[in-house]
Amino acid sequence: MQKAVAKTNYIQNIKAAVQNVDTRKKLGNSVKNIAMTLMKIAILVGVGYVILSPVIGIIVNSFSSNSDAIDPMVFLFPKQPTLERYSLAALRMDYVPTMARDLFYTLTMTLLQLLICSMVGYGFARFDFPFKKFMFGCVVVMIVIPSHTIMLPLYMTFREFDPLGLVSLIKGAPINLMGSTIPMYIMSLLGCGVRSGLYIYIFNQFFRGLPKEIEEAALVDGCGVWYTYFKIMLRNAMPAVITVTVFSIVWQFNDTFYAKLFLISENVVISKKIATLQSVIANQDKILSVTLQELYLDAGIILVLLPVVLIYLLLQRYFIEGVERSGIVG
Amino acid sequence: MKKKKKLTLLQKRSLMGYLFVLPWVVGFLVFYVRSLVMTGQFAFSDMTIDALKGGYTLDFVGIENFRYAFTVHPTFKQELTKSVMNMLIDVPLITFFSLFMAMLLNKKFPGRFFVRAIFFLPIILNSGAISEAMDLSMKMMNGGVSTQVAEAATAGNTMALDVDYLVSMFMSLGLPASVLDYIVSAVARINDIIAASGVQIIIFIAALQSIPGSMYEVAKIEGATGYETFWKVTFPMVMPHIITNVVFTIVDSFTESSVVDLAYDVAFTQYNYGLSSVFSLVSTVITCVILVAICGFIQKRTFYYN
Repeated sequence: MQKAVAKTNYIQNIKAAVQNVDTRKKLGNSVKNIAMTLMKIAILVGVGYVILSPVIGIIVNSFSSNSDAIDPMVFLFPKQPTLERYSLAALRMDYVPTMARDLFYTLTMTLLQLLICSMVGYGFARFDFPFKKFMFGCVVVMIVIPSHTIMLPLYMTFREFDPLGLVSLIKGAPINLMGSTIPMYIMSLLGCGVRSGLYIYIFNQFFRGLPKEIEEAALVDGCGVWYTYFKIMLRNAMPAVITVTVFSIVWQFNDTFYAKLFLISENVVISKKIATLQSVIANQDKILSVTLQELYLDAGIILVLLPVVLIYLLLQRYFIEGVERSGIVG
Repeated sequence: MKKKKKLTLLQKRSLMGYLFVLPWVVGFLVFYVRSLVMTGQFAFSDMTIDALKGGYTLDFVGIENFRYAFTVHPTFKQELTKSVMNMLIDVPLITFFSLFMAMLLNKKFPGRFFVRAIFFLPIILNSGAISEAMDLSMKMMNGGVSTQVAEAATAGNTMALDVDYLVSMFMSLGLPASVLDYIVSAVARINDIIAASGVQIIIFIAALQSIPGSMYEVAKIEGATGYETFWKVTFPMVMPHIITNVVFTIVDSFTESSVVDLAYDVAFTQYNYGLSSVFSLVSTVITCVILVAICGFIQKRTFYYN
C-alpha cells in the first residue's frame, strides 16, 4: 500500500519537475525571442535612421525661414515654415520645363533600354546559335568593364560622328553631337546605354526560367516569333520588366557620368543644375549668407528628387516582389 | 527566296536568334571593342586634337605616358592606392552587411514593406549630382578647399558619441594596430557602406527567397540550432550570389573612385588624353586582376546546388 503511494508520489514529482522545466524553457524561449525582436528592431531603426537622417535634415532645412536658419533652438520643426525656398529654387532651376524635358529623356531612354535589353536577353535565352556562349561572356565583360575605360574613344566618336562615312557623304563633314542627347539614344539603341549589360543579364536569367511550353504552344498555334515575343513572353516577364524599369529610371535620372562626358545640356539633365544652383542663387539674388544659400540648395535637391521618389514609391511593391521572382540572381 | 526555303527550322531559329541580339552585337563591337583598342592606342601615344578641323593626330611615344604616370605625376599613385585600399576595405564589409540586412528583411514582420522601401532609398539618393552639390556647399561653407582638412579633423567632435574614448578603449584591449585601423575605418564608413549596399541587399533577398523551405524543415527536424542552420544551409546556398555581389561592389566602387575623377580631369581640363588613357587602362587592369583573384578565391569554396 505504502509502496503504491510512494510510487504515485514519485510519478507526480517527476511530472511536476518536467512541467517546471517546460515552463522554464518556455519562459526562457520567450525572453530570448523578445530580446531577439528588440535587437532586430534596434538594428532596423538604427540603420533606417542613418539612411533617413540626411533626408530629414534636408527636408527640414528646405522649409526653414531666415530666422529659423540661425536659431539654435529650432530642431526638426521650423517655427515659421516657409515655401519661399522652393519658389526661388524652382525659378532659378527653371523647374517645370527642365523637369519635363528630363523626365521625357529619362522615360524614353527607359523604354528604349527595356525594348533592346529584353530583346537581346530573349535572344540569348531562347535561341541557339554559334558562338552564343562566347557572346554571352562578352555581356558579362561589358558589365565588369568600368565605363570610364572607354570614355575617351566614346567622346571622340561622337564628337566627329561619322558612321561608315555616311554623314560626311551627305553633309560634307562629320557632325558634332556633343551637347545633345543623341549619343545616349544611339548607345541605348545599340544595347550599350547606362548599365545595359546588367539589364540584358536580368532579362536573360528571367526568360530562361520561363517554361518553354508557352512558346511551343504559341508556335503550334501559328504565332510568329516576333508576335510570341511581344505578346506572350514580354507579358510573362512582368517582374523582370518592372525591375529593369525601376533600375533604369533611377540610374538614368541620376547619371552624371555620361551627362558630363557628352556635355549634355543642363536644360535636359536637371541633376546638372543642382550642382550650380547654389552659385546661381548667390550671384543672381545676392544672397551672400552661405547658410541661407544652403537652404535653397536643399529645396532644390528635394525638388529634383521628388519625381523619382514618387515613381519609386509607386513601383516599389511590385519592384521588390519582382526582384524576388526575376532572375537578378545568377 | 529559294535559298531561304532550303534552311532547316533549326537554322531559321538560329538566324532569328542573331536578329534578336544583333543590336547589342553592333553596339558591343562599335562602343566596346573598338573603344578598348583605341584606349590602348592612346595610351602609347601623344595625342593632339585639331580643334578647328576636327580629328586628331597620334604620335607614337612608346611607354613614355606610363613612365610619366608612375614616376612624375604627383597624385596618380596615391589616388590609385587609395582607391584600391578603399575597395578592399569596402568589399567584405558591404558583402556581410548586406547579407545580414537581407536576412533581417527577409523575415515576415509588420511594416515590412515600409522598412524595405526605406532600405532601398539609398539607390535613389546615391546620386552623383546630389553628393557633388553637397560637397560643393560644404566647401563654400568652409571658405574653400583648403579648410577641408581642418574641418575633417574636428568632425569627430560634432558626433554625439565620443569616438576618441571608444578608440582608446579598443586600444587598451591590446588589439593589433592594423585590426584597430580596420575597425575604426569600418565604423567611420558606416554611412557609405549603408548607402552602397542597396542593390546587394536586393540580390541577397532574392537569393534567400530561392532557398527551398524544405531544407530548413529538415534542419529543424534533425535538431539543428539556428547557428548551425545558418552555416550549413543558408550560407552555402547564398554562396554563388556572393560572387555576384562582390563583382557588383568592386565595379561600383571603382566607377565612383577618385582615379576615375582624376582620369576625367586630366582628359577634359588638361587635355592630356594619352595620360588619361593610361590612368583608365591601369585602373581597369588592376580592377580586373582583383576581380579575377577574389572571384577565383570564392569560386573554389563555393557550393553549387544545381
